[in-house]
Amino acid sequence: MQKSLHINPELCTGCVQCELACSYDNEGVFNPSKSRIKVFKFHDEGRFVPYTCTQCSDAWCQQACPVDAITLDAATGAKVVNDATCVGCKVCTIACPFGTVNYNADTGKVIKCDLCGGDPECAKACPTDAITFIDANWTGLGKMRDWAMKTDAGAQAGA
Amino acid sequence: MNYVIIGAGPAGVVAAETLRKNDPEGDITMISGEGASPYSRMAIPYFLTGKIEESGTHLRKAKDHYDSNSIKVIAENVSKVDTKKSTVTLSNGDSVSYDKLLIASGATPVKPPVPGLDRVGVHHCWTLEDAHNIVKHAVKGSDVVLMGAGFIGCIILESLLARGVNLTVVEAEDRMVPRMMNQIGGTMIKDWCIAKGANVLTSTRATSVDEADGKLAVTVDSGDVIPADLVVVATGVKSNTDFLDGTDIKMEDGILIDDHFRTNVDNVYAAGDCAKGREFNSDGWAVHAIQPTATEHGRIAAVNMTGGDCGQYRGSLSMNVLDTAGLVTASFGQWEGVGGDGVETVDKDNFRYMRLEFDKDDMLVGALSLGRTDQVGCIRGLIQARKPMGKWKARLLEDPNRIAEAYVGLSQ
Repeated sequence: MQKSLHINPELCTGCVQCELACSYDNEGVFNPSKSRIKVFKFHDEGRFVPYTCTQCSDAWCQQACPVDAITLDAATGAKVVNDATCVGCKVCTIACPFGTVNYNADTGKVIKCDLCGGDPECAKACPTDAITFIDANWTGLGKMRDWAMKTDAGAQAGA
Repeated sequence: MNYVIIGAGPAGVVAAETLRKNDPEGDITMISGEGASPYSRMAIPYFLTGKIEESGTHLRKAKDHYDSNSIKVIAENVSKVDTKKSTVTLSNGDSVSYDKLLIASGATPVKPPVPGLDRVGVHHCWTLEDAHNIVKHAVKGSDVVLMGAGFIGCIILESLLARGVNLTVVEAEDRMVPRMMNQIGGTMIKDWCIAKGANVLTSTRATSVDEADGKLAVTVDSGDVIPADLVVVATGVKSNTDFLDGTDIKMEDGILIDDHFRTNVDNVYAAGDCAKGREFNSDGWAVHAIQPTATEHGRIAAVNMTGGDCGQYRGSLSMNVLDTAGLVTASFGQWEGVGGDGVETVDKDNFRYMRLEFDKDDMLVGALSLGRTDQVGCIRGLIQARKPMGKWKARLLEDPNRIAEAYVGLSQ
């Protein structure tokens, strides 16, 4: 059974341990701005929402890439950016309607969640189980996808 | 079923792959006018900087990709299409027959009516061959004139500067990338380029290209003459459809297609830069000539060609992302506005700009961003969700930079 990230905003306290773990593991720095998962803080509602790539099946980023640099990791289901192939054209960053592929000017490449090869650091770092890595069928990512599917681009991905 | 695709750019390649996925038994032939290894023009700027080899521009990296998917690639130009006999004639005289034809022949650069553009040392920047010519002539210390500061002109600007050339940009409009940026954004890009060492002349037209003292000389409408070892002409593109002369296929500035990507002629479809398809949100039809539209077109056209159903096509969203010598800009949808509320924040000193446009129903319909690289995709998500922004509209009117928060707030 393939696993995916399950995010439960109700449990998130906004501690951003996930952002620190992600940026340290992937970029070698404790710097939330380099994190592939981002915690959105809605202080007026007292709500915190960790947010990252859902690894959609027909991924916009993958389809839009002009040089085939985003490929499927068959073991994890993650859409992975191959740094050696990415030219840094950024088309994927506007094609992804979730805004979860971002350009890193320091490297001249784009970065996105790759599920850490199947052992995501964000889930391990989360002290409240707001982020867990569990069987794909049990995740709430459907909600995010449903919202996107209502969009024009969503109709395309579902085609 | 015998499918033939004219063109091997992103639309053609994605279409071929989608045809194969949906019709494992069909014959698929893709006709490429530029060799047997389909490549991406989007990657040319990075070939110019030396960041990648020529193979790095290839659309697909596996050597046997087309063979292993039983996609036959013919490296020839198309000289004629006969829709009555259902045949495509190649420039070598061969004829290829089809049951269903997809025209994905892309675009071709236009030459402005300036005398002297046929001289040696004047090149477009469109094909890999053009790129090889530019690499050869744009050497350190050489004088280079870039005619046109549109998308292509801007995206190759960094590579030209990195090659150490003396660069002069000549743009007829009053700002850079006029079709992608308004006055404020286009002027900020100009200021950025000047700071990077380029000489930028906006509201300026080249009137002739002559030869003098063994070099080229570009005369502009102020009367000034700019010496040049290389002139790069990047003044726009048009649909590549000359080979359809004599057919009944209806055309305006691109091949007219319906919501199933059919032309007006039976069994002939069109996609990508050569096609004029439904545009998202605008109630109109447009030639976008952008990568995301090309791949979307290719995919949906192929699904339709195999009898599949993609549901009601809501049109492609015009959007661009551009890196002009390190300054990243993006544009989405109807950024000129549609008569609803608009908002912008400008920080000229730090090269940051954000503009949002709403319609009368409080839906986001367009945006410009400059100097931002994080979560810009949310803008597409918000526009294409086509939902009123609710309480987020007031927040965005206060600070348009909160687009990602708005997206997450509305969707989660």
